[in-house]
Amino acid sequence: MTVNKENTNFTNEHYIFLKKYKRKKFLITFFQFIIFALFIFLWELLSRYNIIDPFLLSSPSRIFQTIITLNNTGELWSNIFYTLCETIVGFLLGTIIGILIAILLWWFEFIQKISEPYLVIFNALPKVALGPIIIVWMGSGAKSIITMALLISVIVSTINMLSGFQNVDNEKLLLMKSFGATKIQILKKIILPYNVSNIISTLKINVGMSLIGVITGEFLVATKGIGYLIIYGGQIFNLDLVMTGIFILAVIASLMYIGISKIESKYK
Amino acid sequence: MPCNKKIISLKNVSMNYHTLSKETFALNNISFDVHDKEFVTILGPSGCGKSTILSLISGMIKPSKGNIYINSKHIDLCNSTVAYMLQRDNLLEWRTIKQNVLLGLEIKKNLCKESMQYALNLLKTYGLEDFIDYYPSQLSGGMRQKVALIRTLAINPQVLLLDEPFSALDYQTRISISEEIKEIIHKEKKTSILVSHDIAEAICLSDRVIILSKRPSKVKKIINIKFKLNNLTSIQKRKEPGFQKYFDEIWQEMNDSE
Repeated sequence: MTVNKENTNFTNEHYIFLKKYKRKKFLITFFQFIIFALFIFLWELLSRYNIIDPFLLSSPSRIFQTIITLNNTGELWSNIFYTLCETIVGFLLGTIIGILIAILLWWFEFIQKISEPYLVIFNALPKVALGPIIIVWMGSGAKSIITMALLISVIVSTINMLSGFQNVDNEKLLLMKSFGATKIQILKKIILPYNVSNIISTLKINVGMSLIGVITGEFLVATKGIGYLIIYGGQIFNLDLVMTGIFILAVIASLMYIGISKIESKYK
Repeated sequence: MPCNKKIISLKNVSMNYHTLSKETFALNNISFDVHDKEFVTILGPSGCGKSTILSLISGMIKPSKGNIYINSKHIDLCNSTVAYMLQRDNLLEWRTIKQNVLLGLEIKKNLCKESMQYALNLLKTYGLEDFIDYYPSQLSGGMRQKVALIRTLAINPQVLLLDEPFSALDYQTRISISEEIKEIIHKEKKTSILVSHDIAEAICLSDRVIILSKRPSKVKKIINIKFKLNNLTSIQKRKEPGFQKYFDEIWQEMNDSE
């Protein structure tokens, strides 16, 4: 009959444990940084002394130079803006529609059983293959790109959420039924709150999926965005531009990941 | 005590389960009555369909054969409340103790000032008042089970169905909590049916023990439990000579295969 309370009076042994833990954590961060710095440094050094071909492999300084040039011509921010907007719209639509479909399939088990093989096939199908059809149907603009992002993210979120819904502890459902709960009550009071962490992990996956979808879309449509910069750079053999595009994508991806982690820590 | 009026009666109830590969005959022609404010324990080997009886009484499943009456009305027609307490506490981790206790009332759309006050009073009476804003993870196993009982009592049911509610607790907690819960049920004047496979627990808690056979289960024997003194605690009962006598009788009955 006790209540867990935080103890703050530690023995010496515990302080040593804490110290060791902190040291390990520091070392991990330290090596993560060192590897990054060393990579950049070696890349720059080797290309400057022409040990590796800067035309093929570019270099950090050339990427930096390209970013400055893009910034001056105004192409940098407009392209980032396009890619970001498309990703966010694709991400939101994909997540919301995915969750709604999952709820629908959970509600009507019969429909879920019928749709199972279709879901599996559609999940395995490389959505890029649908690119030409999407462009013909939607035109060569943002609509096509968002559709691509949506297709890639929606199916994954549906499957993820549905398996989360089905994993809810049976005894809890029994408890709800013993109170005479209706289906909508079970959904609102058990299924959804039980799956908050699952929803967040779906968000995490979806951020990546939407970005993949948008870049794939931009490769195909090739009028605007970071994906366009990369494909354009490749066509005119300007590998500095390609590398710059990849670098910007890495920055965008990590920023979005940090954003979702912030949301996650709020719910924990 | 058995002279009181009948609350629940099972008449020739049989229950079969069907899966693709086999047909399971769980219950075979079960009949017994439970009287008002009585504490009855159903004992039987594991997998003999004890829990099935509770599900039938709760009305969540229908028997293959036979009838169940609550307050002399057929179970389909009656609306008196029967409430379940399960093996694990099943408290919802994202709700506070208070919100957990009010869950049943919320679902039954019965959450008004009075019912809420009733639930809060229960928490107060049974020593959980200080924890109403805590989350379940902050409470010990025994306390959590007590909260689960109060959640069950909050809808003010006439009959409590207890499906091995102590089996997930460690032995020590199990004895003290079962004692405490029996006390609460007694004070709140509820009729209860407990499912268990612990003979000692059955003797200490119940007025009557119903022993079931292996599947397809039949009622093997019904034993009235009576001690010389009325309000002995579980520990005191275990020291009484009558305890050993009941224990041997039940043990023999359960191990005697036909």
